[in-house]
Amino acid sequence: MIFLRLFWEFFKTGLFATGGGMATVPFLFDMCARTGWFTAQELADMIAVSESTPGPIGINMATYVGFSTAGIPGGIVATLGLMAPALIITLMVARFLARFNDSPVVKTVFRYLRPAVIGLILFAFWQLVPYTFVGSEGKVLVLPVVAFAVLLFCILRWKKVHPIVWIALSAVFGILCL
Amino acid sequence: MSEEKPVKKTSLASLFLAFAKIGVMTFGGGYAMLPMLEREVVDNHGWTTSEQMMDYYAVGQCTPGVIAVNVSTFVGFNERGVIGAIAAMLGVVFPSLVIIMSLASVLMVFRENVYVARAFAGIRIAVCALILSAVIKLAKKAISNIPTAVIAVLAFLLQVFLGISPVIIVLTTAAGGIAVYFIKKGKKPEEGGEEEK
Repeated sequence: MIFLRLFWEFFKTGLFATGGGMATVPFLFDMCARTGWFTAQELADMIAVSESTPGPIGINMATYVGFSTAGIPGGIVATLGLMAPALIITLMVARFLARFNDSPVVKTVFRYLRPAVIGLILFAFWQLVPYTFVGSEGKVLVLPVVAFAVLLFCILRWKKVHPIVWIALSAVFGILCL
Repeated sequence: MSEEKPVKKTSLASLFLAFAKIGVMTFGGGYAMLPMLEREVVDNHGWTTSEQMMDYYAVGQCTPGVIAVNVSTFVGFNERGVIGAIAAMLGVVFPSLVIIMSLASVLMVFRENVYVARAFAGIRIAVCALILSAVIKLAKKAISNIPTAVIAVLAFLLQVFLGISPVIIVLTTAAGGIAVYFIKKGKKPEEGGEEEK
């Protein structure tokens, strides 16, 4: 039963998450709130692991969530669920690729869909922020976190660095200060 | 899967392996995968051309789901039909399945370790920064005028205050987009798709 639900939840995510990478994250927060399969804090950790391991982020996330919810079969079922809509839709579109791409309806829809996705991802960020102020022993640490976040953000806006470097830097900061 | 059969030109095994290689060698999805995909699919195997690849990407962004899956499906389908699409797609996900599950089981054991806990407390800050930077990057491309800005803010506020699910928001926005297209078309033909990218 859990497998059917996992497949269905990730099928929905795969169907509605457009825009790649982080687009799956809002749907996972939604899933977290509705199913209780994992906490928002665990989700944050999963995002970090998915970002710093090879493979597309969406797929990594599905594997991780599925695995932590229902073991190896869970990981496989969730990942297949996430991919199924893309597979089906791509196979349907493959025949009239160019026409689909240039269709003015499709263009209009995506012109409005993209900003909506931004709002969705922003909400995921919003939900995650409170968890960043909690240190390893449950202490609330606002000042060092804000200071580090601002520093990190400034450095990274100024110089383009791979996300793994961000994650490694903040892991070191965590071990030393949190 | 019955691999190992080099029927026609491309075997299912080589589709699977090529995409598994791409899965192993790229960190992060979306555009991060493009150079690897080009090298493997265009240069090494000649399954498609660079221009075709850009088309696949464009469609990948205009259809739901993970872009890597879209591209692998196209390439696999062109080479060997539906079964080829499935072989290529399984190739993309295979490394993720193996790597993530092994890592996750290790992490489950060490979760209580104080240094691991501290490291993850720090990493959460980076994850926040990553998500925010994804928002900024997307906003630069997608928010170009007042209506698009309003949609983004509205999508955010509807979730914060009314707890509306992302599925509903995506569906409503898509329906709205279709409605706007037909209203504009009804008023003035030729005005449907503006110059906006």
